Amino acid sequence: MSERAEILVPGSSGEGEALVLTQPISFWGGVDPKTGRIADVRHPEHGQCIAGRVLFLPGTIGSSSASAVLLELVHNGHAPAALVLHEPDAILLLGLIVAREMAWQGPIAIRLDRSAFEKFEGRNVQVAANGTISLPN
Amino acid sequence: MALALTAEEQAIASGGRGEGAAAAMRIVAESARLLAAPRLIPIASAHIDGALYHGDSGTLFAERLVEGGAQVAVRSTLNVGALDLMGCSRVRLEEPQRGMARRMMEAYRKLGCEQSWTCTPYQAGHRPAFGSDVAWGESNAVVFCNSVLGARTNRYGDFLDIACAIAGRAPDYGLHRAENRRARLVFNVSALPPAFLASEIAWPVLGSLYGRETGTAIGVVAGIATHPGEDVLKAFGAAAASSGAVGLFHIAGVTPEAPDVETALGHVAPERTIKVTSQMIATAQRGLSTAAHAETIDAVAIGSPHLSLAEFERLERLIAGRKLAVPIHACTGRHVVSELDKTARRKALEACGVVVVADTCVVVTPILGKLPNGVLMTNSGKFAHYAPGNTGYAVLYGSLADCVESAVTGKPVFTDSAA
Repeated sequence: MSERAEILVPGSSGEGEALVLTQPISFWGGVDPKTGRIADVRHPEHGQCIAGRVLFLPGTIGSSSASAVLLELVHNGHAPAALVLHEPDAILLLGLIVAREMAWQGPIAIRLDRSAFEKFEGRNVQVAANGTISLPN
Repeated sequence: MALALTAEEQAIASGGRGEGAAAAMRIVAESARLLAAPRLIPIASAHIDGALYHGDSGTLFAERLVEGGAQVAVRSTLNVGALDLMGCSRVRLEEPQRGMARRMMEAYRKLGCEQSWTCTPYQAGHRPAFGSDVAWGESNAVVFCNSVLGARTNRYGDFLDIACAIAGRAPDYGLHRAENRRARLVFNVSALPPAFLASEIAWPVLGSLYGRETGTAIGVVAGIATHPGEDVLKAFGAAAASSGAVGLFHIAGVTPEAPDVETALGHVAPERTIKVTSQMIATAQRGLSTAAHAETIDAVAIGSPHLSLAEFERLERLIAGRKLAVPIHACTGRHVVSELDKTARRKALEACGVVVVADTCVVVTPILGKLPNGVLMTNSGKFAHYAPGNTGYAVLYGSLADCVESAVTGKPVFTDSAA
């Protein structure tokens, strides 16, 4: 199974276990910038780690420092393997745009309707550099 | 619609004015593309929130811009940093973070930003003209700039704020466009007792309720008879921008784009009218405290947003030379500290037990003592919102007069709480 998605920010292809968030998240205050662990105690996926995962985001909320948290995760090697967003979030994705300017290898970000998220939960997912999302095996 | 860049913008993005300016222009253009903005627009000024240290990557980014020869193209003031460069208070940030925070502040200075280090640039002489386009960061500054000054800005976050300042451009999007600035809902406070509306605690509570009720929608407050003053609008906007994603509010008869309710609504019927009741106010006020039954307090924090000189004058009158049992942390900018220092007023306050905090504040960097079950009292809706998460202290919300009496006795005193 594979489908071609719109590329929001180009980046390296990524593969990892899917982490489908069931509620929007605020990266600033919601994700530990040192480890990638979800730190917001009110979030349903609290305690999960986004590092190395293919992260499905139904939405984002909150602070305009989300970009700083994502850039920090790229810089310290705890970024997701790929980002799948229901809709573009210019503040969060700015972290990836700045990473590219710094020539730091950042993950690719693609757009996919959140109604398609569920089938990926817990499975090994691959996002190719051309935006193709697939379940390799 | 695809983004169209002018020939000059394209030349800058390809390195015509150096690699730093090119990176800034590419960042602005990429953001514009994600926002589906058709073009970039020139900006008149910027207020930069990005110099607050969150991690090494932000310092390295700022230094890369400096190495690339970048300079801001418009007047750019700086929001708070993680250190008190004036040396008024002691920040417990350890090495190596302390050194990286200092390097970051230094890099922003080299980019040509003014060393204002305040979240109230609008009270430190940076007041863009009505209707002008600017790129401001820091939620309270954004909401004041849009609502009270009538200049036009979106909420510019880390990296995009400095990129816009260097490029001298911002994406043509959101609150820069007149059609997106009209109110869609009415927040009617006319049923509230006039005595409550005239009290100091009213506005942070109203702001907190307004932010929660409106979220990202633009509203117009109806039922305010007289202009409450800029410090009050500052407190309202800061509380609204911390409980909701408020970037612009209107107050009929007070703010410049709202001579009356109908004009603020663009002569269109409101999508929703919120009739504010005393019960809603009581609930919102209770929600600002997380330690309602505390018997003692450990500290008071005021100055979010930063205190004005007028607010220091009130503080001095209320303390009246008395010795405080617990410290009052009074956060402000160097524009106010320099005034206080002209006549040794800071020293007099410090002798009573006030800790003046300059260039930064107690919820963005470690200043308050480490106390596992500490209780902090504040008159700021914004401190009440952020202190539990960022400092670990539980909070009590009260008026400035009650904060001062509580600091004198070390126990919560409430005389102004009737809602």
